Amino acid sequence: MDSLLILVPAALLLGVMALVAFLWALRNGQFDDPDGAAGRILFDDD
Amino acid sequence: MTDAAFLSTAPPRTTAQTYCRHCGEPVRGRGDAEFCCAGCASAHAIIGAAGLGAFYRRLEERRAHKPAPLETDFAPYARAAGTSDYELDLLVDGLDCAACVWLLESLLARNPAIQRVRAHLSTRRLSLRWRGSADGANAHVGLVAALGFRPAAYDVVTVASDADQETRELLRCLAVAGFAAANVMLLSVAIWSGHDGSMGDATRTLFHFISASIALPAVAYAGRPFFRSAISAARARRTNMDVPISIGVTLACLVSLHETWSGQQHAYFDSAITLLFFLLIGRYLERRARGRARQAVRALLALSSRSATVVAADGTLSQRRVDQLDTGDVLLVAAGERLGADGVVIEGRSSLDAALVSGESLPQSVEPGAKVFAGMVNLGASLRVKVTVASQHTLLSEIVRLVEAAEHGRSRFVAIADRVARAYAPVVHATALLTFLGWLVLGGLPWDRSLLIATAVLIITCPCALALAVPVVQVVASTRLLHRGVLLLSPTALERLAKIDHVVLDKTGTLTLGRPELIETNAHGEALAAAAAIAANSRHPLAQALMRAVPDTVPADGVVEHPGLGLQRGEVRLGSARFCGATNEIDDGHSELWLARPGERPMRFAFADRLRSDARDAVEALKRRGLTVELLSGDRAVAVARAAHEAGIERWRAETSPAAKAQYVAHLSKQGCRVLMVGDGLNDAPALAAAGASISPTTAAEATQNAADAVFQGDALQPVVEILDVARRADRLVHQNLALALLYNLSAVPLAILGVVTPLIAAVAMSSSSLLVIGNALRLGARPLAKEVR
Repeated sequence: MDSLLILVPAALLLGVMALVAFLWALRNGQFDDPDGAAGRILFDDD
Repeated sequence: MTDAAFLSTAPPRTTAQTYCRHCGEPVRGRGDAEFCCAGCASAHAIIGAAGLGAFYRRLEERRAHKPAPLETDFAPYARAAGTSDYELDLLVDGLDCAACVWLLESLLARNPAIQRVRAHLSTRRLSLRWRGSADGANAHVGLVAALGFRPAAYDVVTVASDADQETRELLRCLAVAGFAAANVMLLSVAIWSGHDGSMGDATRTLFHFISASIALPAVAYAGRPFFRSAISAARARRTNMDVPISIGVTLACLVSLHETWSGQQHAYFDSAITLLFFLLIGRYLERRARGRARQAVRALLALSSRSATVVAADGTLSQRRVDQLDTGDVLLVAAGERLGADGVVIEGRSSLDAALVSGESLPQSVEPGAKVFAGMVNLGASLRVKVTVASQHTLLSEIVRLVEAAEHGRSRFVAIADRVARAYAPVVHATALLTFLGWLVLGGLPWDRSLLIATAVLIITCPCALALAVPVVQVVASTRLLHRGVLLLSPTALERLAKIDHVVLDKTGTLTLGRPELIETNAHGEALAAAAAIAANSRHPLAQALMRAVPDTVPADGVVEHPGLGLQRGEVRLGSARFCGATNEIDDGHSELWLARPGERPMRFAFADRLRSDARDAVEALKRRGLTVELLSGDRAVAVARAAHEAGIERWRAETSPAAKAQYVAHLSKQGCRVLMVGDGLNDAPALAAAGASISPTTAAEATQNAADAVFQGDALQPVVEILDVARRADRLVHQNLALALLYNLSAVPLAILGVVTPLIAAVAMSSSSLLVIGNALRLGARPLAKEVR
């Protein structure tokens, strides 16, 4: 049972990190132009 | 110049077809030409000079667009940002691939004055920030236009709309609910698998507490959209779908907290948060579809708005936004330009195309003193028009008023989901209450046990599948229609379209293309080719029609345009009867051009508005679906009768005013017909709003598109049939989905009332019914429609 005391918080921590990352990306405008971003990575600045 | 010299420029038919290096259209004319027009050549030169030639390779299957001259002054749209910077948001038509994004951003960024440039592919938006003056806007936007894109000003106020904020909030709630649902479910699975006794009571209680600490804040956060709506509904003494949702979720949390506190076996934290997660998906899809439709309307309007040329007292010309014109302003209206305001002609003679305003297909000639209306297009010489905006009495505001009055009737329509919810909510509450009282009084259970069972009833009856049933079908249907060039503008459009049994079509611009086509001429062979070659030099609609009638036309050199009269190339004249000295005038109601060549009798070219190519088939297809088709037009009886006959429509009415159109449609509705109005003119707008459902082509006037439920692109009428087919199928699927959701409730509710529904059963039932409903909706996208029209 001791393992639960480490594993449950660890799992939750990872989940929270993903949630925070998503909310940050949303706020930062990363989802404003999903179609453009998909193509943009293919072009280098030549 | 002699005829022989003139003939030498007749199109030499090249055997190996070359294609324009910019826009990819076949190049007409000399075999060594690389471009179809000067605009394309300069666009290619600009791109080449900037070293961005890779653009053409990156376009892959697509083509660049042909540049068109810029007609709007963008300086008034630029807004100051900081001390010396200006910002401008543009809607760019043609910005539809990643290569375009790359080209625009790279090219504009080369200019050291430009501080920031960002192209959004999803919204077709281009944001610019530059150093200098507001006038810089025209230089930057001019560059965009020179490449073949069509820029339009994007009003900032409308961009940062509430709808955007709301969608974002829903997405944030969705993220939080998704996170919480996944983690609580993880703990719940452990608890369920421990029900056989392998998990100790202490561990289970610990897990319940952890679940509570995740679920409660998440419910409080992600449930806000539902709580807000439920509270406002309760305040107005109404009930909607959100009331049972809010009560169910809140009660489930409170009861579970009590159970956890007293160390009991069952807690419904997972049900509460999963429920919210599913409901948020439905809500998000619905709002996003609605937001997209709204954005599409805005884009259409932005592209159609133009600025007007104002002549000051001292004769200087300036550009002004149409909405900033004042009474008494004098406008210079060039050939081919659309009037921005109602007014009186004070100088010049010309003919105006009033098709969009009155449905009249023949151009009407005007002279000083004539009243003209916003939306008319100048076909001939340039005019000076004095603006007379007697605010309440302009034709446009009159039509807008009629539209508003007619729309009043439509707002009474209640979407099926809301109708179901209104009937559903009281039943749910009554069932839960009776269950609680039944177990408490008759069953002799303590109050907290009874409440737990009542909560299970609320969770099972929560309209999860119901909330997904309609939005998912709508999203699939609108995506399908979008691929066919149809945009749905109203959220209840599909439902209303599905019930249609009577179709009323407008003539000019709807049944017909709304532009003149060559229908009759006594000129043949080289005379026709010569006329087309001269006509290719003009932007006049009749000249353009003549050019279209002769494939592979090369513009002739040395052509002089006499505005309002015609074109001249040496001794050869192409234009009005007077200009060409034609005496044998025929008045058969057609627009005409004459060709006069030395030593020959003038030759006549007659033009008329032609039916859309598939009009007859589309009308036939509508009739096959059991619909009554009718033609309603503001045009003269002769023209309407001819069009009706050609399209195979038996019932028609001519010379109907905008108000009469709306009245007639209202009259049909009163007789029990469910009317679909299809129209494009300003004169159709009130009728569109009065009809049960309405469709417009994208070439329609602004006010008309605002009144329509859906707009379609292109030269075919087929999309109207397609819209009706998709609407009918979507309607069937919505009803199937509602039936599925109801069936699931009917079978699960008795179990819940008996108190045998554990959190595990609730979770399985809820997820499976939601997936079933979504799967059913997706069938609409996957399968071709049962009866495709040939």
